[in-house]
Amino acid sequence: MRGREKLFLLLGIIAAIGLSFASGAFNRYYLGIVIDVGINIILAVSLNLINGHTGQFSLGHAGFMAVGGYVAAKLTLVCGASAWIFLPALLLGGGVAALAGLAVGVPSLRLRGDYLAIVTLGFGEIIRVIFQTSEFFGAATGLTGITRLTTFGWAWGLAAVTVYVVACLVNSTYGRGFIAVHDDEIAASAMGINPVRYKVTAFVIGAFFAGIAGGLYAHHKGVLTPSGFDFIKSIEIVVMVILGGMGRTVGVILAAVILTILPELLRGVAEYRMIIYSLLIIGLMLTRPQGLFTFGKK
Amino acid sequence: MTDWFLQQLINGLALGAIYALIALGYTMVYGVLRFINFAHSDVMMLGAFAAFYLTPPVAGMLGEQSVWTALVVILLSAAICAVIGMTIEFLAYRPLRKRPRLTVLITAIGVSLFIEFTGQHEKVFGAATKSFPKLLPSRDIVIGALHLSSNDIVVLVLTAVLLAAMWFIVQRTKIGMAMRAVSYNEQAAALMGVNVNGIISFTFGLGSALAAVAGIFYAMRAPGIDPLMGIQPGLRAFIAAVLGGIGNLPGAALGGIVLGLLETFFGGMPGLSNYRDGIAFAILILILLFRPAGLLGKLQTEKV
Repeated sequence: MRGREKLFLLLGIIAAIGLSFASGAFNRYYLGIVIDVGINIILAVSLNLINGHTGQFSLGHAGFMAVGGYVAAKLTLVCGASAWIFLPALLLGGGVAALAGLAVGVPSLRLRGDYLAIVTLGFGEIIRVIFQTSEFFGAATGLTGITRLTTFGWAWGLAAVTVYVVACLVNSTYGRGFIAVHDDEIAASAMGINPVRYKVTAFVIGAFFAGIAGGLYAHHKGVLTPSGFDFIKSIEIVVMVILGGMGRTVGVILAAVILTILPELLRGVAEYRMIIYSLLIIGLMLTRPQGLFTFGKK
Repeated sequence: MTDWFLQQLINGLALGAIYALIALGYTMVYGVLRFINFAHSDVMMLGAFAAFYLTPPVAGMLGEQSVWTALVVILLSAAICAVIGMTIEFLAYRPLRKRPRLTVLITAIGVSLFIEFTGQHEKVFGAATKSFPKLLPSRDIVIGALHLSSNDIVVLVLTAVLLAAMWFIVQRTKIGMAMRAVSYNEQAAALMGVNVNGIISFTFGLGSALAAVAGIFYAMRAPGIDPLMGIQPGLRAFIAAVLGGIGNLPGAALGGIVLGLLETFFGGMPGLSNYRDGIAFAILILILLFRPAGLLGKLQTEKV
């Protein structure tokens, strides 16, 4: 099992970097969408660790993404943009986002269900307000002129790493604890599992990858505005996880791909996009609350 | 200094009264169904829009800026929103009654987004901000250095009346007793002959009507109305409900007033106004950490 996963990881990274060299041959518009898909896979899979595998409903993922994006972008803006600084910038962004995850996780994980959802929403909003008022991060206008360093190879290579890390973690002996906490917290703690530690771990790891995705996003779009990381952004990621089926890695990846491409296909009816989105959520919850791409056993 | 203090006090009370009205809806629904009705803030927005469209024709019949026009518009808007609230419950929440709470929560977010984005569509309300018609003749009352808007006083008095009416309905009427019974134990209430579906429907209707009134009051004080106007006061009101102890009616009123005052005072201080948006959430996080049951709530231990 483990050998197969490693092989997938290697193949994924090699394919990503290999295709990246040929990316000049593709249409820039399509290439941009494909990179978006890679970034969204990172976001959805990392949120899936929190929401799906560990069962802690978080509505603040865009906040962690914002932290990673701003930190990474500020670093490349200050130190000058080069391929050598990009990886450290991404890692730093992820690291600071992970710290934010720790700061959010430790106090709020004593709460459950809808309370947790509201508190994470609140933290996401507070993070946004901080960026919006901070002159250092460009206040309401945000950061502009970020060098576009994100390539196909970076986005999909890191997406492969994310999927690998999350899948291996959840399938490891340690990682069974996440699922135990998800299934029954009280029974899990009776078995000697510390639910709070698992929840915080899930938050920190999830936030780390969200931060990486934020860094990729910043260096893909070239601009960052605080309003881009609002509640709606968090909801978009949550919908990917719900649509794919909470705790189903393959389903969530599929959902991330579809939900990124779908709006581009729906350009003609862009004004209905969010209406369709919300009806999708309601319809899904009424008919298939377990998600769309959930075939066979977990 | 005292003038500044009194001025902020009045502003804070008027804002807090509106939060309290919205918070009552959250807390009543939480009381009977144990879930956060995310769409509540959008019902409030619909209330403001109902008044926006109703005011010109009603004013044509009963006269511009008269008390009767205001009363009829408020009552009609409340009735419309009550029907909308009951419909939402019937279509989206009732089929999910026995499902996990998280499923219902996600559905509620879906309903909320649906109302917001349908409202933003140009064929419905449009995304642009509209100026809200003057319902009442508004007069500035000047006492020394104090500027009071007559609207603020109307809002305060009407809120107090509505809060008293709510207390009467819940504590002194038969249907209120049934609401409390459903909140305490749904199954036992059903066995005692309470029509649980009817009571839940009634609760949604009542909460939505209050939200509509709050929406109109909010619109009267705000520069304009738009389909997303409900989000911020809605979140604040939810926080107010948690602050007072969710499921607890006097708690919701108290939480609303406290939150309105804190926000106005902190927001009015120099240097802090930029962080005004964050204050409510900071309060929420503090209250959940130190007194998760809220100011007036009782802590319930979870049984295995």
